[in-house]
Amino acid sequence: MVIVNIVVTALLGAGVFFTLVGSIGLLRFPDFYTRLHATGKCDTLGGGLIILGAMIYHFFQYPETLLVPAKLAFLILFIFIANPTATHAIMKAAYKTGVEPWRMGEERR
Amino acid sequence: MITIFWVTILLIAITMGLSLYRAVAGPGVFNRVAAVNIIGTKTIVLLVVMGYYFERPYFSDIALLYAMINFIGTLVFAKYLERGELWS
Amino acid sequence: MRLGERAFGILLTFCIMAVFWVLLSGIFDTFHLISGLVCCAIVAIISHDLLVKGKSAKKLLKSLRLAIYIPWELWQIVLANIDVAYRVLHPRMPIDPLIIEFETTLRGEFSLLTLANSITLTPGTITILVEPERGKFWVHAIAKEPADALLVDQTMQRKVAHVFMET
Repeated sequence: MVIVNIVVTALLGAGVFFTLVGSIGLLRFPDFYTRLHATGKCDTLGGGLIILGAMIYHFFQYPETLLVPAKLAFLILFIFIANPTATHAIMKAAYKTGVEPWRMGEERR
Repeated sequence: MITIFWVTILLIAITMGLSLYRAVAGPGVFNRVAAVNIIGTKTIVLLVVMGYYFERPYFSDIALLYAMINFIGTLVFAKYLERGELWS
Repeated sequence: MRLGERAFGILLTFCIMAVFWVLLSGIFDTFHLISGLVCCAIVAIISHDLLVKGKSAKKLLKSLRLAIYIPWELWQIVLANIDVAYRVLHPRMPIDPLIIEFETTLRGEFSLLTLANSITLTPGTITILVEPERGKFWVHAIAKEPADALLVDQTMQRKVAHVFMET
């Protein structure tokens, strides 16, 4: 049981680290397009790692119900397909409405 | 193990607070839509971990439902901002 | 559509819906299973052409190649996140964004979807616009090196064309 505790703690820690980095990037980057780079990639992987850790914890703590890890696996797959699609949709809307991208040397917006 | 889940819940709530600043003060409407989408994604993760903290692992149904609602909401908003109307 | 393609589409939709019904309900007695199969049959007969557009052959080979392509993409996702973490936490924040455009030889719907998703999940690039007639992509890159990896090397376009046999 100690090995399982260490693996789950490592996965949860890595997931929370990537989520924190994505949120700091949302505050620090100077332009709308670069902020979407930070959140669209880091939030997907961070959430996926946290749910993976919870799935492994469930295997060893409640071994009689195996339906919940199947639902969590489908949730991970759904997040990996839905988050990049939503990012692309909102970036396309901003590009067609005429939001200008940021070059190096300008001021923050 | 339960205290590790409690620390995870606290850290995810702190990151949601950081994203809320961008939702309030972002110049223009696109920054706000992106921030609300990110808060929705973090809500799903928070629901799953809270289920294991309270020792009732059946909150994952609600998380699955809210993931779909959040995705459809962001797509509809982006389509409205691009065209100016929903049905053409 | 011919009869063979319609039967294949109805059968595949019915199987997917039945798997979801059993997964989400969790009760395995006779009444719920029979009512689930009836509901899945009604849904599959009414709207089977939304999910499966059965037009091309050799679906089993394409599915096997897709299953081999997915672990490479997962490794690229991890590399992308380490790259973004380095750019965010560096005190000087080395970014230099630019917008590039290029053309590919892919024309099918599913292969364009896979390529756009892979470009969004790999280090430093996000897809902005896709034009399906000529296979043209507009891509926003965050620095010079990921943009060169997409324009000059063309690793990802070759891999996706190999999976879908250059649709």
